[in-house]
Amino acid sequence: MTEEPQTYSAAGEVAQVKLRRTLGQRMWISLKKAPMSAWFGMIVIAFYALVAIVGPYIAPYGEAQVFAKADEPWSMLGGDPAHFFGTDQIGRDVLTRLIYGARNTIGIALVTTLLSFLIGGSLGLIAAINRSWLDQFLSRGVDVLMSIPSLIFALMLLSIFGSSIPSLILIIAVLDSTRVFRLTRSVAANVVVMDYVEAARLRGEGMGWIMRKEILPNIMPPLVAEFGLRFSFVFLTIASLSFLGLGIQPPTADWGSMVRDGSRFIQFVAYDWTLALPSLLPAGAVALLTVAVNFVVDWFLHKTSGLRDDH
Amino acid sequence: MHPVLSTVLQRLGLGLLTLFIVSIIIFSSIALLPGDFGEQVLGQQALPETVEAFRRELGLDKPAYLRYIDWIAAVLQGDLGTSFSGRASSGSDQSRSVWELVSPRLSNTLFLAGFTALIAVPLSLFLGITAALKRNSIYDRSVNAVTLTTISFPEFFLAYLLIVFLAGTFPTLSNVTPDMSLGDRIEKIALPALTMTLVIVAHMMRMTRAALINLLASPYIEMAQLKGASRAKVIIKHALPNAWAPIATVIAFNLAYLVVGVVVVEVVFVYPGIGQLMVDSVSSRDIPVAQGCALIFAATYILLNLLADVIGIVTNPRLLHPR
Amino acid sequence: MTTDSNKRGSKGDVLIEMKNVEIDGFSDERWHKIVKGVDLTLKRGEVMGLIGESGAGKSTLGKAAMGYAQPGCKIKAGSIMFDGIDLMAATEAEKRKLWGSRIAYVAQSAAASFNPAHRLIDQTVEATVDHGISGEADARQDAVGLYESLQLPDPGNIGTRYPHQVSGGQLQRIMTAMAMSPRPDLIIFDEPTTALDVTTQVEVLVAMRDIVEKFNTAAIYITHDLAVVAQMADFIKVLRYGEEVEEAETRKMLGQPEEDYTKSLWSVRALHKEESPSDDIALSIKNVDAAYGNTVKVLHDVSIDIPRGRTVSVVGESGSGKSTTARVITGLLPPMSGSVEFNGEALPNALKDRSKDQLRRIQMIYQMADTAMNPKQTVGEIIGRPLDFYHNLKGKARDDRIIELLDMIELDASFIDRLPGELSGGQKQRICIARALAAEPEVIICDEVTSALDQIVQEGILKLLLRLQKELNITYLFITHDIAVVTAISDEIVVMFQGQVVEQGLKSKILSPPFPDYTQLLLSSVPEMDPDWLTNLVDKRD
Repeated sequence: MTEEPQTYSAAGEVAQVKLRRTLGQRMWISLKKAPMSAWFGMIVIAFYALVAIVGPYIAPYGEAQVFAKADEPWSMLGGDPAHFFGTDQIGRDVLTRLIYGARNTIGIALVTTLLSFLIGGSLGLIAAINRSWLDQFLSRGVDVLMSIPSLIFALMLLSIFGSSIPSLILIIAVLDSTRVFRLTRSVAANVVVMDYVEAARLRGEGMGWIMRKEILPNIMPPLVAEFGLRFSFVFLTIASLSFLGLGIQPPTADWGSMVRDGSRFIQFVAYDWTLALPSLLPAGAVALLTVAVNFVVDWFLHKTSGLRDDH
Repeated sequence: MHPVLSTVLQRLGLGLLTLFIVSIIIFSSIALLPGDFGEQVLGQQALPETVEAFRRELGLDKPAYLRYIDWIAAVLQGDLGTSFSGRASSGSDQSRSVWELVSPRLSNTLFLAGFTALIAVPLSLFLGITAALKRNSIYDRSVNAVTLTTISFPEFFLAYLLIVFLAGTFPTLSNVTPDMSLGDRIEKIALPALTMTLVIVAHMMRMTRAALINLLASPYIEMAQLKGASRAKVIIKHALPNAWAPIATVIAFNLAYLVVGVVVVEVVFVYPGIGQLMVDSVSSRDIPVAQGCALIFAATYILLNLLADVIGIVTNPRLLHPR
Repeated sequence: MTTDSNKRGSKGDVLIEMKNVEIDGFSDERWHKIVKGVDLTLKRGEVMGLIGESGAGKSTLGKAAMGYAQPGCKIKAGSIMFDGIDLMAATEAEKRKLWGSRIAYVAQSAAASFNPAHRLIDQTVEATVDHGISGEADARQDAVGLYESLQLPDPGNIGTRYPHQVSGGQLQRIMTAMAMSPRPDLIIFDEPTTALDVTTQVEVLVAMRDIVEKFNTAAIYITHDLAVVAQMADFIKVLRYGEEVEEAETRKMLGQPEEDYTKSLWSVRALHKEESPSDDIALSIKNVDAAYGNTVKVLHDVSIDIPRGRTVSVVGESGSGKSTTARVITGLLPPMSGSVEFNGEALPNALKDRSKDQLRRIQMIYQMADTAMNPKQTVGEIIGRPLDFYHNLKGKARDDRIIELLDMIELDASFIDRLPGELSGGQKQRICIARALAAEPEVIICDEVTSALDQIVQEGILKLLLRLQKELNITYLFITHDIAVVTAISDEIVVMFQGQVVEQGLKSKILSPPFPDYTQLLLSSVPEMDPDWLTNLVDKRD
């Protein structure tokens, strides 16, 4: 106790204070401590993103280019060396379709998720701040929409509007925005009651400033995590719908319909397991990405919740 | 009135209201149909009179609220309307009633979902509770990693993986027929049931674990420990009575998920269930059948969640013992 | 139940002996030392007060006396001997045998620490019956007796209720009964009255002290309030930053503390402002009735006058309507009837109808500086925003003014790019003061601004506020439940109870007799730095 300064000064006051580090330092520390699974996830996501972006330049053939031999097996399983993963039922190169599929499936899922965040996020923020009839109306509406399972709802709407890419994006984005709405509203509601928001209102700040400067920066971590989860959910929904033949339509390459197309010989897998490959390959491509996203989100959630001071 | 009763009634009322609104939404899908729909269903060569008759049959000439009343009255009597398929441009009608199409498939789906639930619910509760109790142990971590991977997989990927590994053991086509024995049926649905089980167990185990860990962080649990209660006693006497509501929610949520999840799995294994029927009706734009299936799915989903809420209400000590 | 003294030693034997105990806690992604080598010796029948400010490690040390480390903590080194049993070496099962039979624990939050699913009496006797100390029927009968000695209403039946059916003060007493039921050798009281109002606190303190005396139980009483611990403890140990500052017998500690730090613990009580009357009214609340959601009326005909350049303190317990009064003044809660006048002119009732300049003149400082500042904004942005917003200051002019304001609150320019998370509690509150000053207000409403702070920091903040008042002629409306703070800084006092003004006047008038009933009860319930205070109070009230 002897070396404690006995004269009190405000600037010299110490307590259990979070260490001062810049954002970059904090990120670097977190990255260094990230578990293997998170690293694996990040590398996989980076790889997929790369493929999606530069796809047309690295794909060996055109997206819908048809070759003479259909149902060619993998080159390493004795097929034509010109087609690494063989060809599909009408003779298109599977590797090419896979690369274009990355672009299409991921692109559409990303646009859908962004749209659903735009709708759900902004309405959720408004509902949290407003807390009047508008909040009641939106919340009850979302309750009703969420009481219908979203895949079923999507199927029903697709039966009416047909399966074009814009209607697919719009339908899934609207249905998915209900979940974004709920999350945004509940995390924002926790921030709205904070004294600093009241202080801003007492100062006379407008709604837009309060939303942008006081609330949004404080609800980012859960929203970022949710973006990952929603993306992988939307991605799975689109792949599932395409697998059911109701999503992305040919000739656009996409992984869900590739699974469906590949499943023609599934009854014979008991005799020759390689017959499952045309389905397993695109299905595995879908699975790998969702696993990767989930690993990263899981780590991120763990990290952001662990940062709270519990003492 | 006792607060438990009034809260339950309130919740039931809300559930009915939701069902009512959902039925309106499903019904309005007909109203959203494009104008040339009659031609699409009946074919390009259909006579204008036939198309007009068809439109009249759908009630498109009447105001919407009257149509809704007719429709919902029929639905309540078990009449879901008539399928579009089997219609021809000539006006001859070989279509079947929706209920006739739905009912055998509904029982198939319930059989598959029920069988899956029978395995999945006890298994995932066991895994979830043990993982929460042995939190951060190797057991917990490995169960966690496996389930995190499983929930990230699309159902069709799991299904094909299982097919590759188990095609020799179990049939890969689940084409059950009404005259099969129970044993044969179970053998036929082994693979779809296993796929569903994997998906559901992963979700349910994680949610059970999270709910329990949340509960175990309560100060009254620490208090029980500091009173020297054994581990088993802390769980059984102090955690469990407060765990019914969260666990019921987890189970109901996952059963509802199960009912919806069957759609993809039924298609993979060509299982004659209501999910596949709905997919077929959507691709052929057979609206009455799609509506009927959607209504059944939505009602099941709402009822299951309602049940969970009611269990939560009747086990809440604050409501059971009002001030 | 009372014939089990054969297992006990006699009074004066050492019951618990902790040597050089070190405890680590995990936060901010690393391990911190919470307790850094503390010794503690307690004899049978003695009560030790463990006092310190937040982060002193007192609670962690108290739990370690049971051999228990809460989740996220670990006892790293040292020895803990309880009546000859080495708790560092004991297995979980061995410790469980002691917990709830020979060592009992009373937690701070009774409402959260009772299981909502079981009746109170079942929880009271649970440990006693489970440890085989007595049979179910005997234990229940004994519990009723304990309820009676703790002066609980309807002792025969209160146990059949559930936790949510009784009040906070009653729950805390039932938890004491629960701890006492097995007739333990040692009870650890972990801030048991911190969450209670002062008038309730007195009742609970009396009940706890009497029962501990009656059964001659040893106890460790953990608190941050020296006046409270003075009533309960035979001797006091002061902790700071996980280390022992000093330990002494209670009277000696209060009379001649050795360390400066110990003296600073009641420094706020030494502050005193000379009152000065004034008739120049800056802000005036006239006949205000207010309600939340037009249903529950929380203010009844409240009128308060606040003279310019003076401090008016509003005191009252939770539910008295003092914070609601602040909300009415700021316009957050428009009153049902009545008005708020500023410099003789009526202010619009609702916040949105007030002009920017009207808003600027009345500023607010909050209790929790943590939640009053946006954690994502730097100090510069927090103080700079009102400068920009009200005075249109930009760029260099704004930065200069920020540094000037930082200087006024005794902080330097290096704080300008810090985030709130990088500041200590007192520094945060100073930044909030600077933010209010930036608007150049005439009136500042201070809502319990010091109650979340440690004593020594409180003193610094109060001194700062007084200095600023002198320099800038600012008017304060001080909302607080802490009488020590009231005496330190007020000119006038308003006493509120259940939404009504009980009394209003100069400090000297309010704090001297004759008192209206409620003021009497409130003032007499505030613990004083006198070990005999509680005893005298009980004698007087009987």
